[in-house]
Amino acid sequence: MSPIATSVRKDRSQEQQKALIADYYGRLGALAAAGQGAPWTFVPGNLTELLLTFDPLPVLPEINALQSGMRKTSGEQVLHAEKLGHSEDVCAYVKASIGAWHQGNVGPTGDPLPKPNLLLLSYTGCFTFLKWFELLRGETKAPTVMLHVPYQAQGGITNEMRAYVVKQLRETVVPALEKVSGKKFDIDKLREHLRLSALAEDDLVRVLEAGKHRPSPIDGYFGAVYYVGPIFTAYRGTQAAVDYYRDSWAEIEERIARGEGPITPDGPMGEQRFRLVVEGPPNWTHFREFWHMFHSEGAVAVASTYTKVGGLYDRGFRHDPDRPLESLAEYCLNCYTNLNLSSRVDLIADYVRDYDADGFVVHSIKSCDSFSAGQLLILREVEKRTGKPGAFIESDLVDPRYFSAANIKNRVESYLQMLGQKQAVGGHA
Amino acid sequence: MDAPLTQAICPERDALIERAEGLVRDTTLASVARWKQDRPGSKAIGFLPPYVPRELIHAAGALPVGILGGGDMEVVRGDAYFQSYICRLPRSTIELGLSGALDVVDGMLFPSICDVVRNLSGMWQILFPKSFVRYFDMPQNFEPEIGGRFFEHEMRSLLSDLGALTGRCVTDDDLRDSIAKFNVNRREVRALYRLRAEQPWQVPSSELYALVRAGNVLDVDDHTAMLRAYRATLDASPRRPKDMARVALRGCFCEQPPLELIKTLERSGCFIVDDDWVLSARWIDGDIATDGDPLWNLVLAFLERAMPCPSLYELRKERGEELVDGVRESKAEGVIFAAPSFCDPALLDQPMAMACAKAASIPATSFLYSENTGQFQVIREQAGTFADSIRLS
Ligand code: SF4
Ligand code: SF4
Repeated sequence: MSPIATSVRKDRSQEQQKALIADYYGRLGALAAAGQGAPWTFVPGNLTELLLTFDPLPVLPEINALQSGMRKTSGEQVLHAEKLGHSEDVCAYVKASIGAWHQGNVGPTGDPLPKPNLLLLSYTGCFTFLKWFELLRGETKAPTVMLHVPYQAQGGITNEMRAYVVKQLRETVVPALEKVSGKKFDIDKLREHLRLSALAEDDLVRVLEAGKHRPSPIDGYFGAVYYVGPIFTAYRGTQAAVDYYRDSWAEIEERIARGEGPITPDGPMGEQRFRLVVEGPPNWTHFREFWHMFHSEGAVAVASTYTKVGGLYDRGFRHDPDRPLESLAEYCLNCYTNLNLSSRVDLIADYVRDYDADGFVVHSIKSCDSFSAGQLLILREVEKRTGKPGAFIESDLVDPRYFSAANIKNRVESYLQMLGQKQAVGGHA
Repeated sequence: MDAPLTQAICPERDALIERAEGLVRDTTLASVARWKQDRPGSKAIGFLPPYVPRELIHAAGALPVGILGGGDMEVVRGDAYFQSYICRLPRSTIELGLSGALDVVDGMLFPSICDVVRNLSGMWQILFPKSFVRYFDMPQNFEPEIGGRFFEHEMRSLLSDLGALTGRCVTDDDLRDSIAKFNVNRREVRALYRLRAEQPWQVPSSELYALVRAGNVLDVDDHTAMLRAYRATLDASPRRPKDMARVALRGCFCEQPPLELIKTLERSGCFIVDDDWVLSARWIDGDIATDGDPLWNLVLAFLERAMPCPSLYELRKERGEELVDGVRESKAEGVIFAAPSFCDPALLDQPMAMACAKAASIPATSFLYSENTGQFQVIREQAGTFADSIRLS
């Protein structure tokens, strides 16, 4: 989510984001150097504020995997895991994580990572999480605590679903954190973190919804993965996140006033010919090349679903200090991958309409059944619902073997050509 | 070298197996249609692996129908809904739905086994908007007052929805009767499993597999009668003992192996003495209590006595330990991991199970299959070599 590529032109918020992420890995490195452990957990359904209440800094193996993808080290990690007997056909994040553990548990920035003193298995929106932490439990022998978040199968959250998650938080997760940290749970401290979360979330939504402007001042997919970086990692619930999102929004407001588009790795984006909505996670091993295929043709992503895996704030959710555990439960229940297929179709169709998009792209990830199973139906349904054409592209997250640049480029170009022809005939695509 | 199956001439048994295999292969669900014809106005409810409490469906007056994919049927339309890297079961299930083969079922239940089946439930809602579709979320927290209460609510909602569909107000006594019938059925299934573990030449796995799978499309009493009749033939016409390598088979808890694959393993010299196919038939170990609150009894049975399955969080043991326990209990001499291609739960589980097998000095081998695998030569050679290595060691 939070790339730290080097030879890339950045705007102010990207520089700030880079500093935050470097600081995060630096602090993890310091913990490791001091021989201290840290809880490991996942991004969707993460309980950062609760963890911060007990002080520890979480390690997020998904972020490590994607950062390794950006830095081109994930391929080696994946191969290492396969040599250990892991299948070619399972989620590459898991293999990157297992490979990294076996290669000395060093993070993507080269800093050592603290060993897990707790595996906080927030089981939100993906079954692989369960197997991933079972595998890591076997490797690390760390204690594991499960938070089962029921699926929104009927398209909503019931009182029973919320009560089940709250009960688990109260009776299993909090005691496990008390035990590992040696500290008593302080609900007022939690409230304070949640208050800060809500402030940052307000500005994050402003940032992401800036994609509604013409020209769009942000890229709501490639560019937005930088924006969501801090809130997806260890910064939700901190003053640093509040400052970061306030500054980012201020920067974007300036761009809106000047009528400017986003800064891409190759400089400010020129004319925006196509406005797209994107579904599915990006490819990390060829992130820059992938983005280039779009922005070089004048295509800007105005909104995306991937930027909602860490929370659907633009649909109104905010962490609520007055209902601390309930709002944490609702947060977990509300992550994008915990939505049923109809709700996902609704969301994408709404984005196409609300962001006045010319079309949409489904980026299907070999690794990820949670996102991918059903995406071909999503494609048809969104086309049917919006009347806008969709494109279907396949690659992977952090396994470089599955990024076939020539094929993908071909796909993107023909799709954009088709949109261009439509525009030539009828104004809008 | 191929080992011949242990044959004894017994026309009754042959007829039973022929019927069971016919039911397994019949993707048109003719037996379900017949059941409904005999009971005008009645309903049938399909469910996917690994488990739903069939007692609830039965108590609501409907026929529970296990849908285990489409076997080797040709899949055309189903492929248009899934990328190449997704397993076969959802493709053939969609094919069955779109071709009308599932019109005979009045509703579909999708248990929480994996992301593919979970998303398939949403696809079903979109593709078949008029049909009764429920996702069945099994708890991953096994504390009665936490996961148990959540599951109780899931079950009560399902029961009430089923009752609304069938027009029956289900009483506790209805549920108790259903639990009692399935208890008897599970006892029969387990008796066959025990017998197979003790005298595998008596109960070839290809027969056991067909017999247990047949229960997916039969009324519970009819199925129990079939199992009993089969057991009676073993007493009346026993088979001669044989010596082959005893193996446990793992990885088949969802997409099912083709019947021919099981026969191939037997022909290559393996007695399968433990397996994880058709788990719904024996998901609960032992009887479920019929006194007190029957629905709560179903909840407790799930929390305390569910079969190990890669999709359920393993709280009490390290992953793989349950495999070692199963191997010891069934006196297997080796393990075959046979995972469906692209099955994440099975393939993510495998390294842990393999490591445990290795640590316990249990020989193991692995291969991939899909429900429509049609070429068995490579598997036959691999299993034959594995069986030989066990027997020679
Ligand atoms: S399967 Fe998808 S959601 Fe799950 S861990 Fe892998 S990439 Fe993440
Ligand atoms: S075979 Fe595996 S991946 Fe496929 S539907 Fe079944 S459990 Fe899911």
